[in-house]
Amino acid sequence: MSDLLALDGVACVRGGRLLFEGLSLRLGPGEAALVRGPNGAGKSSLLRLAAGLLRPAAGNVDCAVAALTDEHLALDERQRLGAALAFWVADAAPGIAAMGLEALAGVPVRMLSTGQRKRAALARVAASGAPLWLLDEPANGLDTDGLARLDAAMAAHRAAGGAILAASHQPIALSEAKTVALG
Amino acid sequence: MTGALILRELRLAATGGAALLPLIFFLLVATLFPFAVGPDGPLLARTGGGALWMAALLAALLPIDRLVEPDRANGVLDQLHLKGISEESVAFAKLAGHWLSFGPPLMLAAIPAAALMKLPGDVLVRLELGLLIGTPGLAALTLGVGALTAGLRRSGALAGLLLLPLAVPLLIFGAGYVARGNDGGALQLLGAVSLLLVAGAPFAAGAAIRAGRD
Repeated sequence: MSDLLALDGVACVRGGRLLFEGLSLRLGPGEAALVRGPNGAGKSSLLRLAAGLLRPAAGNVDCAVAALTDEHLALDERQRLGAALAFWVADAAPGIAAMGLEALAGVPVRMLSTGQRKRAALARVAASGAPLWLLDEPANGLDTDGLARLDAAMAAHRAAGGAILAASHQPIALSEAKTVALG
Repeated sequence: MTGALILRELRLAATGGAALLPLIFFLLVATLFPFAVGPDGPLLARTGGGALWMAALLAALLPIDRLVEPDRANGVLDQLHLKGISEESVAFAKLAGHWLSFGPPLMLAAIPAAALMKLPGDVLVRLELGLLIGTPGLAALTLGVGALTAGLRRSGALAGLLLLPLAVPLLIFGAGYVARGNDGGALQLLGAVSLLLVAGAPFAAGAAIRAGRD
């Protein structure tokens, strides 16, 4: 099977409330999907389902190795950015270059601003080498340069045969992306 | 990767003096105990071993809220799952890292503490041997309870209520071995309890981490 992500009739229940059911989605190499829906519709839950962090109430989730970025940074605050990223990926340099963080590699993570933190989280995804990217609001807090770098990184990832599942209220450049409407 | 995780635990324990807190607490109890019961040498020597085991038990409570909760809140546990590392492996690495930053330093601190209690040399040797065997069990309890209470607000008191009853066997056999030597195989029983806790904790903590995501 060449699909990097296969959701079959997936239902998600959170806190006793049914968020969505009967959701099916397939993403092959080079494909992308954008999850849309109002706040609380289950966009983040869908991404966490795909990542295997939540179990579906019904249906099947089949997923390649994935990299996730969400509102949690998951980098050790006291470490310098370069060292903190190096804990997660064998070679952080491509991600650091892709997100334009070269000048910040020696700065402790706790000193970074909101946008710089987002860039750092995206740098980990970009350097992960995972074929499937799960991006939860990847454009939050990014400036124009950051957005351009995000778009370029996503395009490069898809050109290299990767797939992307993203949830974003900000406009991000995902050409010919499938749309998953929730809520 | 498990090795990197253990090193990370040691680094986290070293930053900000987090690993020092249980030690200072342990020594503080050892300092206060003679004030409470009075400067009666033979009495101190008779009760000091048990008091130090109590102090070790209470010191094991202190790191509960820094072992699992920060990594849960910061998404580190999620990212480790995405890297394909099972929750049990994460919990095992945390246990190993935590014991290394807790057990041996506590055994070192037991030497001045024993002097404060006027413990004779042979009693100190039994205390150290008991701590060597018992502190992995204490560390396992700390980790398990830390994982169970991760994500709860103001979980400190609850964590104490969960941990202390489970630590009773360690206390009985540890303090019993210090006081009476290896009558009735107290050391072997201490080892058995400690081994059981160490073997079970990664699975209990792993299940708790997984359940905490829902």
